Amino acid sequence: MEQFLQQVVNGLSLGSIYALIALGYTMVYGIIKLINFAHCDVYMIGAYVGYACMTFLHLGFVASLCISMLVCMVLGVIIEKVAYKPLRNAARIAVLITAIGVSYLLEYGMMYFVKANVRTYPEKTGILAMTFQLGNINISMLQILIVAITVVLMIALQLIVKKTRIGKAMRATSQDQDAAELMGINVNTTISFTFALGSALAGAAGVLVGIYYNSIDPLMGFLPGLKAFVAAVFGGIGIIPGAMIGGYFIGIVETFVSGYGGSMYKDAIVFAILILVLIIKPSGLLGKSTREKV
Amino acid sequence: MKISGKTLGQSAAFRKLVGALVIYAVIQILLATGLLSDYYFATIVTIGINVILAVSLNLITGFTGQFSLGHAGFMSIGAYFCAFITLRVEGIPGFLLGILVGGCAAALVGVLVGLPTLRLRGDYLAIATLGMAEIIRIIFQNIKITNGAAGLSNLPQYVNWPWLFLFIAAVVALTVNFLHSSPGRACIAIREDEIAAEAMGINTTRYKVTAFIIGAFCAGVAGALYATYFPRIKPDTFGFMKSVDILVIVVFGGLGSITGSILGAIVLGLISMFLSSYTELRMVLYALLLVIIMIFRPQGLMGSRELSLALMKRAGDHLMGLFRKKEKEGRV
Repeated sequence: MEQFLQQVVNGLSLGSIYALIALGYTMVYGIIKLINFAHCDVYMIGAYVGYACMTFLHLGFVASLCISMLVCMVLGVIIEKVAYKPLRNAARIAVLITAIGVSYLLEYGMMYFVKANVRTYPEKTGILAMTFQLGNINISMLQILIVAITVVLMIALQLIVKKTRIGKAMRATSQDQDAAELMGINVNTTISFTFALGSALAGAAGVLVGIYYNSIDPLMGFLPGLKAFVAAVFGGIGIIPGAMIGGYFIGIVETFVSGYGGSMYKDAIVFAILILVLIIKPSGLLGKSTREKV
Repeated sequence: MKISGKTLGQSAAFRKLVGALVIYAVIQILLATGLLSDYYFATIVTIGINVILAVSLNLITGFTGQFSLGHAGFMSIGAYFCAFITLRVEGIPGFLLGILVGGCAAALVGVLVGLPTLRLRGDYLAIATLGMAEIIRIIFQNIKITNGAAGLSNLPQYVNWPWLFLFIAAVVALTVNFLHSSPGRACIAIREDEIAAEAMGINTTRYKVTAFIIGAFCAGVAGALYATYFPRIKPDTFGFMKSVDILVIVVFGGLGSITGSILGAIVLGLISMFLSSYTELRMVLYALLLVIIMIFRPQGLMGSRELSLALMKRAGDHLMGLFRKKEKEGRV
C-alpha cells in the first residue's frame, strides 16, 4: 500500500509535466489542426533557459521560471509567424513536414551551440531541497511545487480561455475559422496567441523537469513530447481538460509500470494504450464523435 | 515491329525499360572501372533503399491517402527477420530466402496493424502507426534473440549493384502495375474522396489494407536489403527519425508521384552526402533546407505529376522561350 501511494505521488509530479506539454499540443491542434512537432523542442529550450538563468545569472527559481516562460512564448510566436503562417493554405502534410523541420532545427541548432553533453541544474538549496515523510511515503517539496504550479497554470489557462475576449476568439477560431473571421475576429492574432500560451506552458514544464530530474540535453524533448501528445489524444485532442486528464493518466501509468518492474517496457505500454484508445474511442476520453456529413 | 498499333520505339513500356537499362549500365560501368569508389557505392545503396521505402510509402500516403508515420517499423521487421535467416542459411539461397521472409513478416505485421487502425482517419492513423513503430522498436530493444540495444552484427553481405537494381526495379514495377490495376484505381478513389468511393461500392477498408500490405512488404524488402549490405543492425536505426526521413522524401518528391519519390530520394541522398563533411552543422542545414523547401514549394518537386520525356521537353521549350525573350529584350 505504501509503495502504491509513493507511486501515485511520483506519478502525479510526472503527470503534471506531461499535462503542461500536452496542453500546448492540444490547443495548437484544436485551432489549426497541426501536430506541432516543434512543441517538444520549445520545452527543451525552456529547460535550457532556466538552466542559464540559474547557473550563470544566479537567479532564483521563480524568476527563472518566469523568464523561461517569456522566452518560450516569444519563440513559439516566432516559429508560428516564420514557419507555419506562410503555409496556412497549403496541404496539411506540408505543414507537418515544416513542423518536423523546425523541430530538427531547434534540436540540432541547440546541439551546435551548447554541445550534446548532458548538463545538470545547480544544487537545490533552501526550501526546494526539503522533503516530508508521511508514514513511509517520501514527498519532496519539489513534487508539491510541481503539482501546485501546474494546477495554478491550468486554472489561469482555463480563466483565459473561458473568461477573456481573446479566449472567446480562440474558441471561436477553433470551431470554424472562416466564420470567426467573418465575425471580425483577427484569426492570425488569435493563432499567434494560442502558440504563445502553449509555448509558455512548455517553457514552465522545461524548467520544472530540469530541477526535478536534474539533467538536460538537446534531445530531451523528443520522448516526453511524444508521450504528451499521446496524453492529448487520450483525453481527446483539442479539448483542454482532456489534455490535463490525459497527462496525469499517462504519468501515473508510466510510474506504476516502472515501479513494478517493467521500466524497459514503460514506453511500449504508453503507446499500446494509445493504440487501444484510438481503436476503441478515436475521439478520446472527453471527445464527442461527430457524424460525417456529405 | 508493331505492338498494338504503335512501333516499338513509341511504346511507353519499352521506353521505360530502355531508360532503366541505361541507368543500370551507366552505374555498372562506373563501378566496374573504379570511377565510383566504395564510399559512393554506400551512398548509392542508401539512396536505393530509400527509393524502395519512399515508393512504398507513397503508395500508402500519396496514392491511397492514408497518412502513416511508422514505415521504419516495417523496415526493422524486414531487417531483423532477414538477419535471422542469413545468419543461419549461407549463400545466395539464404539471401533470397531472407529477403522473402523479411518482406512477408513485414506484410503480416502490416495486416495485424492495418486491420484495426485503418478505420481511423488522417492524423489519428499517423499517431497509431507511429505508436506501432515505437512498440516494435522497444520490443527489438529488449528481447534476447535480437541482442537488445547493441543489435546484431557480423551479418553476411550480399548486396551489389545488380541485386540492388533488380529489387528497386521490381518494387517500382509492382507499385506502378498495382496502381494501374482495378484495386489501384480504387485506392486512388479512396484518396480523392473516401465517402464518395464508399458510395460507389468500393470496399474501402479492404483496399486500404491491400495498399498497406503491399507498402509494408516493400518496406520489409528494403529493410532486408539494409541488413544484407550493412554488417550491423540495431533498433535505433529504425526509430521515429527514420520514418520521418522516408515521409520527408515522399512529400519532397511530391505526394502521388512515383518518379517524384525516386527523384526525391536521389536529391535528398546527394544533399546529405554533400553535407556529411560538415558534421556538426549537417542536421541544422538539412532542417533549414527542409523548412525553406516546404515554405516555397509545399507541393514537392513533382507535385502529383510523373517525370516523362514529354514533360522534360515542355520544360525545355519553356526555358528556351524565356531565353529567347531575354535575347530579344537584350537587343532592344
